[in-house]
Amino acid sequence: MRRNSVTALTVSTVLVGGANAGLAGSEDVTVDGAWSRASIGTSPPGVAYMTIRNTGDDPVTLTGIRTEIAMMPEVHRSSTNDQGLSSMAPAGEIMIAPGGSVALEPGGLHVMLMKLQTPMTEGESFPLTLVFSDGGEVTVEIPIRGMAARGPDG
Amino acid sequence: MRRRRIFGYGAGGLGALALALFLGWWQVDGPGAPQPVGPRPMALEAMDFRLTDHEGRPVGQETLIGRPSMVFFGFTHCPDVCPTTLSEITGWLEALGADAERLNVAFITVDPARDTAAAMAEYVGYFHPAIRGWTGPEEQIARAAEGFRVTYERVPTEGGDYTMNHTASVFLFDTAGRFVSTIDYHEPRDFAVPKIRRAMNEETEGAT
Repeated sequence: MRRNSVTALTVSTVLVGGANAGLAGSEDVTVDGAWSRASIGTSPPGVAYMTIRNTGDDPVTLTGIRTEIAMMPEVHRSSTNDQGLSSMAPAGEIMIAPGGSVALEPGGLHVMLMKLQTPMTEGESFPLTLVFSDGGEVTVEIPIRGMAARGPDG
Repeated sequence: MRRRRIFGYGAGGLGALALALFLGWWQVDGPGAPQPVGPRPMALEAMDFRLTDHEGRPVGQETLIGRPSMVFFGFTHCPDVCPTTLSEITGWLEALGADAERLNVAFITVDPARDTAAAMAEYVGYFHPAIRGWTGPEEQIARAAEGFRVTYERVPTEGGDYTMNHTASVFLFDTAGRFVSTIDYHEPRDFAVPKIRRAMNEETEGAT
């Protein structure tokens, strides 16, 4: 009896897997700790931070970002060299290993929101969609914290 | 008796040798080793630049002499590194409490084309009130950067915009305007606040 129920569980897992055969991994992506900073008007670029986790068994690759708040959202990486010189460049595609995570956080990887369409106001939030190489998309609601915020809790 | 004295000298010699070795290690590999950051800024007295603070007051290197100072460079169209630095500095100043009032804190823009005094005023208004925003003509910014041994460059981004690469370190000076130390980008508060206190204490030592 006990053995039978274990078999039944395995079968149902395979069926669920079969139903999502069109995607390869992105259905197992979760996002937590998302936040962004208020902006002064729309001239400076905005920023968004979050931790993207891959809870599945296949690697996933983040290929793009879409959001109504900015015309050119892009993942960038800030880096500071041993001379103290800080620079920023597009990070390209980001692979997240099975069971792994990628932290977008101050001073490292971050979503740069170029060509803001509306000012980012503290206390509001906006939807942002992560696009993956398997065609899957994950949409997250990003809360806007104050300009001097240091993390998702302000 | 004699034997004991020789032994005593030997122990003293060994102690001195150990001390010398320790001091050598401290200065070369240990915590006293020079930091692998860029060149040291000049003394404030040796600099020469004329800028305007975010309230329109004329300022220069002399504004920073007479009290300990914390100086850093950045720009307001910087989405990640600069607001992070300013909010970290705000945290350090809060940790200093009332002592923060004895400190000059200057945020000098490397992007004067966009950072007018009004833009700087609005931006610094979001952070600790001790932080002053300084801007001015391009060539005066360049003179200031040269004095602090700061480098910066304009980098075009897609869509016709631009961003700035720049030295993101925070420089500490004592009351007399002598360079004391650098706080590197992302240095933890537990390291940063004692460094600031040390720069402030050199003021006390200098005064007595």
